[in-house]
Amino acid sequence: METFYLALVFFLLLNLGAGMWRVLQGPTAADRMMAAQLFGTTSVAVLLLLGQVEGDSALHDVALVFALLAAVTAVAFVRRAWSEPEKEHDSK
Amino acid sequence: MEALSLLQWLIDGLIGIGLLWLAWRALFCPELFKAIVLFIAFGLLMTLAWVRLKAPDVALAEVAIGAGLTGALLLSSWAKLRGFDANKGMGAREKNSEQAEQKTKRPFFHGLYAIPLLLMAVGLGYGVLQLTPYATGLSAVVAENLDASGVSNPVTAVLLNFRAYDTLLEIAVLLLALIGIWSLGIRPSVREATPDPVLDLLTRFLTPLLLLVSAYLLWVGAHAPGGAFQAGSVLGAAGVLLILAGWRLPLSLAGLPLRITLVAGVSTFIVVAVLTMLGGAQLLAFPPSQASLIIFVLEITATLSIAAILAALFLGSRPDHSEKI
Amino acid sequence: MTLSDYLSVLFLLAGALFFLAGTVGLLRFPDVYTRLHALTKADNVGLGLIVIGLAMQAESFASVGKLLLIWLLVLLAGSSISHLIAKKALQKGVRMWRR
Repeated sequence: METFYLALVFFLLLNLGAGMWRVLQGPTAADRMMAAQLFGTTSVAVLLLLGQVEGDSALHDVALVFALLAAVTAVAFVRRAWSEPEKEHDSK
Repeated sequence: MEALSLLQWLIDGLIGIGLLWLAWRALFCPELFKAIVLFIAFGLLMTLAWVRLKAPDVALAEVAIGAGLTGALLLSSWAKLRGFDANKGMGAREKNSEQAEQKTKRPFFHGLYAIPLLLMAVGLGYGVLQLTPYATGLSAVVAENLDASGVSNPVTAVLLNFRAYDTLLEIAVLLLALIGIWSLGIRPSVREATPDPVLDLLTRFLTPLLLLVSAYLLWVGAHAPGGAFQAGSVLGAAGVLLILAGWRLPLSLAGLPLRITLVAGVSTFIVVAVLTMLGGAQLLAFPPSQASLIIFVLEITATLSIAAILAALFLGSRPDHSEKI
Repeated sequence: MTLSDYLSVLFLLAGALFFLAGTVGLLRFPDVYTRLHALTKADNVGLGLIVIGLAMQAESFASVGKLLLIWLLVLLAGSSISHLIAKKALQKGVRMWRR
C-alpha cells in the first residue's frame, strides 16, 4: 500500500509541475492566481496521502490550515490586488 | 522495498528541483505580480519539503506564515504600490529613465557582486565539509529534560522554555515592524467596497472556523505540532479576512485596547523574565513545578499579540487614523 | 489485501484521474472562465475521491471526521473563490472565448 500512496504523491507532484506552466504563462492575473489555487488543492491531497504513509495525524492539521489560508490569500487577491482592467488576453 | 526507496528519491528530488527552480524564477521575474504568485507557490512547495523532512511543526508554521499571510501581505502591498505609481505617473517615468541608465552600467557591477558571493559560497562549503557527518545534536539533551519543561512536545519545550528568549525576540521583531509601519504613516488603508453575498457567506463560515482552528492549534501545541506562532497567524488570518470583507475595528477599541493587545505578548514575557530573575534563577528559567502554567499564560498572550500585530500589519496604517480621514 | 483495500485503491486512482483532468483543463482550455470551470470542479471531486479512499483506511471516526471536514472546507473555499474570480474577471473585461 505504501508504495501505491507514494506513487500517487509523485503523480500529483507532476501535476503541480505541469500547472506551473500556467503560472508562468498567464496571460491574465486570474490565471496565475488560479494555478496557485490548484497548488493548494493538490497539496492538500498530497499532505493527506503523506499523512497516511507516515501515520502522522499532525499532517491532517497542516492540510486543514493549508485549506483555510489558501482561501484567505485568494480573497486578498480578488479584493485588493486585481484592480485594473486586464490588457492581456488569450490570443485566438 | 526497491520501488519504495526509488519513489521516495523521486519525490524528494522533484520537490528539491522544484524549489530551486521556483526560487530562481521568483527572484528573476521582472513582473512583480508574477513574482508574488511564484513566491506563494514556493511557500506551498516548501511546506511539502518540511513534511518530507519529518518536521511537521515547521511545516505548520511555513503554511500559516510563509504561504498564507505573507502572500496576502505581499499582494496587498503590491496593490498599494501600484496606486502610488498611478498617482505619480511622472515620477514613475523618471524612474524608468533612471533604470535605463543603470542598465548600461550593470554588467560591470554584476562581476563585482560575484566576488563576495563566491567567497561566501566557498566559506559555507568549507564549513559544511568540516561538520562531523553524524552529529547527535541537542535532541538527546532536550529529550532528557522534557519532563521538567511542563509540556510534552519537544518543539514547544525548546521554543517556550529552554530557549524562551528566542520567542520573546521574535515577537519583539514583529512589534517593531508594526511600529515602523505606523510611524511611517504612509496612507490610509484601502476602502473596501461592500462585499458581495458570496464573499459575505464565505467570511461568515470561515471566521468561526479560523477561530476554532487557532484555539485548537494553541491547545494541541503542548503535546503535538502546533503552538503560539501557528495559532497566532491563523487568528491573524481571521482578522485579515474580516478586514478584506470590509469590517473595521470599532473606534472605541481602536485606541488603547488595541495597543494593550499588541504589546501584551512582549510585556508578559518581560514580566515573567524579571520575576524569574528576582526569584534568583536565570532569565526565563521557569521553576519546573509551575512551568506548565507559565507556558500556558505566555502562549495565550503571545497568540493574541501575534494575531493583532499581523492583522494590523495587513491594515497598514493606524486604525484610528484611517477612520478619521 | 482486503476488500476495503481494493475499494480504497479504486477511489484513490479515480481521484488521481480527476486531478489529471483538472490539470489538462488548466493547460488546454481557451479562456479564464473555462479554465476556472475545469480546475475547480475536477480538483474538488478529485480531492473528495482521495478523501473517501483514505477514510476507508482510517483508524478512528475522529480522523474520518477531520478528513471530511478538510474536504468540505476546500469545497466551500474553492467554489466561493472561483465565483469571486469569475465575477471580477467579467468586471475587468476579460474577454470570453468564442468559437
